[in-house]
Formats: sequence, C-alpha cells, structure tokens
Amino acid sequence: MSKTTTIGNQTISLNDSIARNELDNQESGVQVTDYDNRQTVGKITVDKPKMVCRGVNVYYSQKHAIKNVSLDIGTNEVISFIGPSGCGKSTFLRCLNRMNDTITTCRVTGQIKLDNEDIYEKDIDVVQLRARVGMVFQKPNPFPKSIYENIAYGPRIHGMVNTKSELDELVRDSLERAGLIKEVEKRMHEPGTGLSGGQQQRLCIARAIAINPEVILMDEPCSALDPIATAKIEELIDELRENYTIVIVTHSMQQAARVSQRTAYFHLGDMIEIGDTDQIFTNPRHKLTEDYITGRFG
Amino acid sequence: MQFFLLLALVILSACAYFIGRNRAFVVASGKIRNLHSLPSFYGCYTALWCGLPALIVFLIWVTLQPGILINLVLSGLPKELQDLPQDRLNLVVNDLKNLVSGHFISNTPDGIVLEAANRYQDMRAIGNAALLVTVLTLVSGGIAYAWCKISPKLRARNCVESVINIFLITSSTIAVFITIGIVLSVLFESIRFFHQVPITKFLFGLQWSPQIAFNSDQVSPSGAFGTAPLFAGTLLISSIAMLVAVPIGLMSALYLSEYASPKFRAIAKPALEILAGIPTVVYGFFAALNAAPLIREIGTLLGLQVASESALAAGLVMGIMIIPFVSSLSDDVINAVPQSMRDGSYALGATKSETIKRVLLPAALPGIVGSILLAVSRAIGETMIVLMAAGLSANLTANPLEAVTTVTVQIVTLLTGDQEFDNSKTLAAFALGLLLFIVTLILNIIALHVVHKYREQYE
Amino acid sequence: MNKIMLPASTPERPKSARRDIKTIVNASLARQHAAERRFRWYGLIAISLGLAFVLLMFGNIIGKGYRAFWQTYIQIPITFDLSIMDTSGSGKRDLQTIDGADYSVLVRSGLRKLFPKAEGKSQLRALYGLVSADSPYELKRKIQQTPNLIGVEKEIWLLASAQVDTLFKGNINRMLDESERSIKNDQIEWVDKLQAAGRIEEKFNIALFINGDSREPEQAGIRGALMGSLLTLLITFLLSFPIGVATAVYLEEFATKGRWTDFIEVNINNLAAVPSIVFGLLGLAVFINFFGLPRSSPLVGGLVLSLMTLPVIIIAGRAALASVPPSIRQAALGMGASKLQMVGHHVLPLAMPGMLTGSIIGMARALGESAPLLMIGMVAFIVDVPKNFFDPATVLPVQIYLWSDLPERAFVERTSAAIMILLAFMILMNGLAIILRKRFERRW
Ligand SMILES: Nc1ncnc2c1ncn2[C@@H]1O[C@H](COP(=O)(O)OP(=O)(O)OP(=O)(O)O)[C@@H](O)[C@H]1O
Ligand SMILES: [Mg+2]
Repeated sequence: MSKTTTIGNQTISLNDSIARNELDNQESGVQVTDYDNRQTVGKITVDKPKMVCRGVNVYYSQKHAIKNVSLDIGTNEVISFIGPSGCGKSTFLRCLNRMNDTITTCRVTGQIKLDNEDIYEKDIDVVQLRARVGMVFQKPNPFPKSIYENIAYGPRIHGMVNTKSELDELVRDSLERAGLIKEVEKRMHEPGTGLSGGQQQRLCIARAIAINPEVILMDEPCSALDPIATAKIEELIDELRENYTIVIVTHSMQQAARVSQRTAYFHLGDMIEIGDTDQIFTNPRHKLTEDYITGRFG
Repeated sequence: MQFFLLLALVILSACAYFIGRNRAFVVASGKIRNLHSLPSFYGCYTALWCGLPALIVFLIWVTLQPGILINLVLSGLPKELQDLPQDRLNLVVNDLKNLVSGHFISNTPDGIVLEAANRYQDMRAIGNAALLVTVLTLVSGGIAYAWCKISPKLRARNCVESVINIFLITSSTIAVFITIGIVLSVLFESIRFFHQVPITKFLFGLQWSPQIAFNSDQVSPSGAFGTAPLFAGTLLISSIAMLVAVPIGLMSALYLSEYASPKFRAIAKPALEILAGIPTVVYGFFAALNAAPLIREIGTLLGLQVASESALAAGLVMGIMIIPFVSSLSDDVINAVPQSMRDGSYALGATKSETIKRVLLPAALPGIVGSILLAVSRAIGETMIVLMAAGLSANLTANPLEAVTTVTVQIVTLLTGDQEFDNSKTLAAFALGLLLFIVTLILNIIALHVVHKYREQYE
Repeated sequence: MNKIMLPASTPERPKSARRDIKTIVNASLARQHAAERRFRWYGLIAISLGLAFVLLMFGNIIGKGYRAFWQTYIQIPITFDLSIMDTSGSGKRDLQTIDGADYSVLVRSGLRKLFPKAEGKSQLRALYGLVSADSPYELKRKIQQTPNLIGVEKEIWLLASAQVDTLFKGNINRMLDESERSIKNDQIEWVDKLQAAGRIEEKFNIALFINGDSREPEQAGIRGALMGSLLTLLITFLLSFPIGVATAVYLEEFATKGRWTDFIEVNINNLAAVPSIVFGLLGLAVFINFFGLPRSSPLVGGLVLSLMTLPVIIIAGRAALASVPPSIRQAALGMGASKLQMVGHHVLPLAMPGMLTGSIIGMARALGESAPLLMIGMVAFIVDVPKNFFDPATVLPVQIYLWSDLPERAFVERTSAAIMILLAFMILMNGLAIILRKRFERRW
C-alpha cells in the first residue's frame, strides 16, 4: 500500500470546476491530493468487513450533513473518525445504529450493511439492531437509577437472564470488564449519577457491553474526562477489541493513534481520507488531512 | 362625584407635568445641559407633587367617611334606639344604608330612620364639599411647592425614581398582604366559630346539618357541625376526578411528547388545552344536564340505584376539567428530562415504551407527583361543578353512585342568601374556608417544592 | 499508570453462557413489540378521549343553544283604538293618555280577532298566553315612538310566549298527554293555524342581547350580565395589571435575591393555586364587612378577581422579563442609563408583549370565574342593567349558573346560548393572546 490508490467512483461534484480539477489531478498523478479534491483518498475496503457502507448521504431538513460516504468496518477492529468540529462524525456514527431515527428532520440515503444485511431495510428491527450495535455517548448519561439498575436495564428489557443470580453475575461481569468493579462494589445500589465523570462514562460502557453487542460506537467517549480516566478507557477499548468491533469518534489525534488500527478523516461532510492509522498520521495523502494533523486548522 | 374628582385629579396632574417641564426650561434659560435631569423629569416631579398627596388624602377620606358618618348619625338617634342589642342595631344601620343609596327596604321606614337618613345625606354633602376643598388645596399647594423647588440643581430624576421605587416595592409586597388578608379574614371568624363549637367536634363529628343547628338554638348546636361527611364527599369526588384525569392526562402527555408527529402535536396539544380554558360553570352545566342523567340511565339499565346527583357524575366531569391541567404539567416535566437519557436507552435497543416506562417515568416521577398534587388541590377547591352537579345533603358514604356534598358546596350554600354575621351558620362557612385553605396550602407547598427541586436537578 | 485489569481474565469468561445477542434479542422481540403497540394504543386512546370530550362539550352546548339566537314572533292585527286605550275617558291624544293607556286590552282584542271562537275563562287565558307578558309594554313603546299610530289598524309582530317558542322549535313532544306538557291542546291547535296563515315566524333574537335578566324566558337577556362582566373586568385590569407588572419588574430587575424575595415568591406561587372560593371569603370579610363596600357591586367583584389575577400576571410578567437577554441590560447601563431608565426604555418594551399575553389569559380566566362572586352576592336576580361600579350586578358566568337552575326548557336553551357567548369571548381573548405572542415572538 505504498502507492496512492484512489478507490471509489462516487465523486460528489460540488460544482463543475472542482470536478474538472479532480480529473486534472488524477491525470497528473500528484501524490498529495490538493484542497479542492473531495474524493475519498485511501482504501475503503477490508477483508472481513463487519459493516459495509456505500454512498451514504445524510440530510438535516435541507442541510447536507454527510456527502456520499463509503467505507468498510472490519470485524474486531477499532476504527477512529477524526475531523474538525461539525464535519459530521457524530452524524455518521449515529447512522450506524439508526440513532438518527430519533431526529425527525434527519433523512439517510445509501446503503449500510451489518453482516450483509441492509440495516435501513424495511423489515429490519431497530430494537434488534441497536442491541447489536451499542453506543456510548460524548457526555456520560447514566439513568437516574442505581448503578446496578443501570447495568441491569439492557439485559432485563431483552430478557437475557432468567434468574436474579444470573443477573447479578452479568452485572458484576460487565462492571469487571469495564474496570469499574473495584470502585463500585460496595455501592452497587447507590445512584449512578453520584459517580465521577470518568466512572460514569465507564458505567455507560459497562451498560453497553452488558448486552454483549457486536459493534460498539463511541462518540468522543473521553472528551469530558481527565487524562487518567482517559487512559483507563483507552485501555478498556484495547481489551474490548478482542470481542467487539469498535468505532470511535475522537478529537484527540493521540488517542486515535493509540487505540485504533484504521482512521478516517472527515471534512465538511466528506470523508476525505481513510487508511491505516500509522499511515494517516505519518504520511497523509490529502492536503486537508495533512493540515488537520499538523494542526494548521481544525 | 368622587369619580369625577378622581378624573379631575388625573387631568390636573397632567397639566402639572407640562407646567413643571416648562418651568425647567425657563430656569435652565433654554439650555437643557444646565439641568441636572431631563426636563420631563421635572414635569414628573411636579405632577407627583400635585397628584400624590391629594390622591392619598382622597383615598383615606373616601374609605373613612361612611363609617364616621354612620357613627355620627347613630349618636344622634334617640336613646331607646341606641340601646338596642347589636344585631337589631345592625338592622337599623342596614335600613339606613339602603335608604341612603336609594334602594328599597323590606319594611316601610319609620320616621326616625327616615330622618336619620336625611341627616346622613346632609352630612355627606358637607363631607364631599370639604373633600373637594381639601383636594384642590393640596393640588395647588403641591404645584406651587414644586414650582418653587425647581432649579437646575434639583435632582428631579432621583426624586422621581425613588417614588417609582417605592411603588415597585409596595406592589411586590401586596402578594404577601393578600395571603395575610386571607388568613386573617378566615381565621377571625373561625375563632369565633370555635368558641361556639369545639374544634374536635368540628373536625371529627359525623353529623353535618347546619340548618337544624341554626333552628334549634336551645340544644347545643355542636352536634350538627361535624365535617367528616364533607371531607369524605370531597375526597370521593376528587378521587374519581383524579382517576379520570391522571391516566388520560399523563398518557396524552406521553403520547404527544414521545409518539405524535409534530403536525399532530401542533393541533392536538392546543385542542386539549381548550378544556383548560372552558369556565367551570360550563362544566357544571354539562355535568348537571348531561352527565348526571346519562349515568343515572346507564345505572338503571344495569339495575343499579343511582342518585340523580351522584358523586360519579360530578367526579367524572371534574376529571375532564383537570385532564389538561395534568397533561400540560406532565408535559413540562417530561420535556425536562434530557434527551441524552432517551438516547442512552434507545442505544441499548429499548423500545419507546420501555424507555418511557423504565427511564422517563422514573426520572420524571417527582415532577409528575408534584403536578398531580397540584391537580388534587385544584380538585378539592373546585366549586362550580360540585355546586351544580353534586348534592346538598351531607352523606357519609364511599359509594360513588350516591349523592354526597363537598366542603366548597357547603361554603356557598351557607353564605348565599340572607346572612347575619354572627350566627354559627355563617361562621361555619369561614371555618370550612380555613380548613380548605390549610389543606390546599399544604398540598401546594409540597407540590411546588417537589416540582422546583425536580427542575433544578436537570438544569 | 496501573493496569486495572489483567487481559488474561477475559478469555476465562465462559463464552458458552453468553449467547449471541442476535438470537437473544430475537427471542424477546415479539414480546417487546407487542408491549410497544399496546402502550401506543393506550396513548392514542387517552388523547382521543381527551379530544372527544372537547368535541362533546362544544357539540352538546352548540346543539342545545344555537336555536336560542332565534325567537318566535306572532303577527297580530292590532287596532290602536283610542276609545279602548283611554282609561281616563278624557278622549285626548296627549302623552298622558299614551302613558296611562291599558295596552293589554289591545293585545287581547287582537288575539280574539284572530281566534273568535275562543271562549270561557280558561280558554281565553290560554289564548292570551300565546304571546309574551311583555307584549303590552312593547305596544306602548311603539306608540311612544310613533304617536300617529293611534287610530290605525296594523299588523304587529309580537314576542311569542316561551311555551309557544319551545313548541314551535319542536322541543315539546305533542304525543304526551295534555297534563304532562306545559302547553295546552288548544294552544297547539292555534299555533298550527297561525303557522298555516304565516303568522308565526322565527326572527333573530335581539332581546337576548338588549334585555336584562327576567323571570320570563322569552324576555330574559344577557345585557345586564355582560355589562356587569365588563365593569368587573375593567376594575380587575386597572388594578391587577399595573401592580402585577410592577411586582414582576421589582422581583426580576431590582430585588436582591434573599429570604424576603423568596418568601414573596412562595406567596405568589401559592396564591396562584389557592381555591378561588377562598378569595370570595376574603372579599366578603374584608371588602364588604370591614370596608363596607356595597354588596353585589362590580367594584367588589373586580377587587376580588384582581387578587386572583395578580399572581397570573406576575408569573407571566417575570417569565417575559427573564427572556430578555442580559446583553441588552448591559448595553443600556453601559450608555449611562439609570437602572430605571434601562428597565423603562429597553427591558419593559421588549417584555411587554409577553406580559400582555399573560394578562389577557389572566383576564380570560377572570371572565369565566364565578365561585368567588357568589360569595360577595353577585348572584342575586337583577333586572336592571348596571350603570356604574356601585350598582348591584351579576356577571355572565353567574348568570349562566342562575339560569341553569331554572327548570323551563326555554331557559336551558338560553343558558346554552349564554355559554356560547361566554366561550366566544374566551376564544376571542385567548386568540388575541396567541396572535400577540406569535406576532412579537422573538428568538434571541
Ligand atoms: N439535529 C440536527 N439538526 C440539524 N442539523 C444538525 C443536527 N445535528 C447536527 N447537525 C448539523 O450537521 C453537521 C454535522 O454535525 P455533527 O454533530 O455530526 O458534527 P461532529 O463532527 O460530530 O462535530 P463535533 O466534533 O463538534 O461533535 C453540523 O453542521 C451540524 O450543524
Ligand atoms: Mg460530535
């Protein structure tokens, strides 16, 4: 993968002149693609894809928030989305488990497949989908219930356990995997909102993995946390990778570099570049990516 | 005459405004910069000096004059009339007042009263003339004073602003005075009542028949002033109302905020709130003319004995009235639950109803309880519906098909019609009012506190 | 940084116990969706019930009341014969004769002319009962307007009696036995004849709007009640609006937050929830018994209602003031305005639409209020239209209450009509408030 491989025949023409510009660039074979090119640079496919997205567009009423994005998410990989604020990372992430359905003005077109099933198909059940594709939000949002009840919520509604002892075990197990058990062992029945921010976020992760999803989406899970709590969560992500596919949105490039294998760079609704994390951070091929990584803007 | 005097006062103050403003221009020799404040402030200053003292004197005068005149007239009455017992004397005074205001009185006035009325009218004319003179003196004095005071140095703005400030502060204390007024007005009469009827008998007695108590003075009246049946009736009707209003109101609020499309919500929400705007007398009419006969007919079909003024009819209609109250309060409360709670639940694969039942409602519970308490207090204090659709006779029962009466109905029946202010019947109404006020006050304070706390939690 | 957990612990987890989420969820899916559908139905049923009640109330009231806007009149040939009218026998056509004349004789002879066969005391009384008891006065008013009618024979439309009106509108069951209905067989026969002759007709019921209350349903009108409501609301507005605005301004802009303002706030919030009847007790004890203001007068009614409306206005006013952004206050103060000038010139004008909206809603509520007014005696039977704030008066909702107690069918109809008029006013006021809010709504 040393050469520039531009895959994807989906080019959004902002206007004719840009489209012509892109042609020029391809013909001249410049290695670093310049600003005007909005075609995805890098290889979007993987060998064992868990999720496959093709030509995804998202609109909020009139606003075109995601423009023709295509990408694969590999099984048991951690992929991170980076990009300046407002570029549509969260929006795209929320497409992956149809959380966008809760926003009435939001419209999604294109194809997103989970294990070869189109999740926007009519007969797909969002309830099942969201159980399979869990999500952790930017701001920790524990329910105003006890820690125990927070974790037990998912297993209960999906009827995953039959007895109280099974549930107890599942709760302990999830807390243990989220690395929270030591801190909360003695206060299982105190409100979850009484925990610190970092603990709350790990509680939310524990809540998500309690129902054993196949994919976990994380939207800036560490943005509200201090470095130590962040490190704990990063470690956790590393461990979870063995069993889960993880998509993480982050504003910290170090974090993306530390936890993910692949990275996608978004810019104003376009996915500009995608590739192995090492390559993106050491050797970006698009001018915009390079600017963002070197901190020239964003 | 008093009205015209008031009008004149307003007009004079307006004139004073212009006088003061012009005066300011003159003393500033045309240059506004010389003045401490804008000329309009000097105008206001003059207007205040012109109007305010006169207004205060006017108000005090007008409130005190009738009482003083009555006393003067009474002291002029012959000895045997003055020595009458208090209640007979009150009758004389009433006749007097009616004569003076030109209304008919029941019996033909006897000569002495007629003469007294004439004297009253004469003195009133004198009093009014004196008032006119006083007010005019104050007005001209005020204008003259302000005229002399106006100079470029005068801090007219500060003076005007401090007057406005006093007005603002006084206004804000009125709410407190209203509460005090309520408490005192019901408390005094209640205390008088509790001298006649022991408070324990009043609270726990099982027999309510004030008419009997009134008619047979010789036996101790306390036996007939037991409020237990009234509270039972109030509770019965309110419970029926809440049984109707809470499920319907709460579910409507949930449906509108969680399920309904924006278009449907935009139509249905105001449509439902129309119910809140309908005057209660309309509900009462509806209950008495439609609901009660309907329920009676249905009951007869089912072979049940239904009273024509059944608690069920009043309760049902009151429930309808309270629906929008519950729904709009719950709507506020539910919307205060942050979206992130919902998102967290949806992301775990919960359905909407699961999210509502297990996350939203528990989170919103304190607020909802608060709004239900407010609704209960509304139901307990509701008057017109029960007055028109519930019964009049006290009945200690839990059967919703029987007729019961409520506290509010009894207050109205005790106080409408002829009344003397010292028989236990009238006083009982005030004692009932005191109880009603205390009960609703406690409910309101708890409810407002809960709702307030709950809002803070999510702010 | 310490390792919080050994990775080794992960593989040890019994994988078999944790079934695949897809199959687990599939198993419970049907149950979840059934519960979802059920819940949704409950919600839909609840809201439909609520909306059905709205429709039911309006449908019922309009259905009962709309006929009251028409009233039955009977055309009767009247001969304004001076010799019949003149009771003094002077034979002069002067004002005194006109005033002293016996007009009921004219009505009776007109009716007899129409139905000459009627005879006997009871039959004649039934015949005279076809027209309203007000008819003689109506004739008198006509003569006073146009004195040269004297001596002329003229067809005159006279107000029918309430029973005839009810019959004509089809609200009396003719099949019932004579003793069970309020109208006699003879009368029904006459009405049918009148109808065949085109002498009976429904006309717009202007009496409803220009008359005061009356014991006779066909003459009863709401003018007095409307006037009473107007006077009462005028007092209410004049008192509660300035004080309410001043309180809101003080609490929101000037007061330093502390125990005292908290106490005031608790008071205000609580007053907003005190049962209205308690305000009636206050009015009775304080305004009537202590200050000796006239009972049943719009003045006392307005005072009582303004106490109730005050908290509403204050709460709405504070909300409106709070929605004005602080930047505007800072800008004004930065220009060297005094705090009062800042409020007066900038904040208050911006908050005024919101305050007015709240006040209109409060006034609408005061308009519909009746319970406290019963306490202060505005519940009497008052025929005269009140002319000032001290006259005994009643208000529209209390008039409805009074009429609703009366058994005649014609009063039920009139009550419904009065309710329609009251509701029209409420809708008008609330609509005004909505328009005001929409028109001046500002997003900061
Ligand atoms: N609910 C919404 N309604 C309308 N527009 C929205 C909505 N949510 C997001 N947008 C718009 O879509 C665009 C993408 O938003 P998104 O939240 O996906 O950005 P982001 O990349 O996650 O930004 P950040 O890094 O700040 O979280 C933004 O321009 C935003 O204004
Ligand atoms: Mg985001």
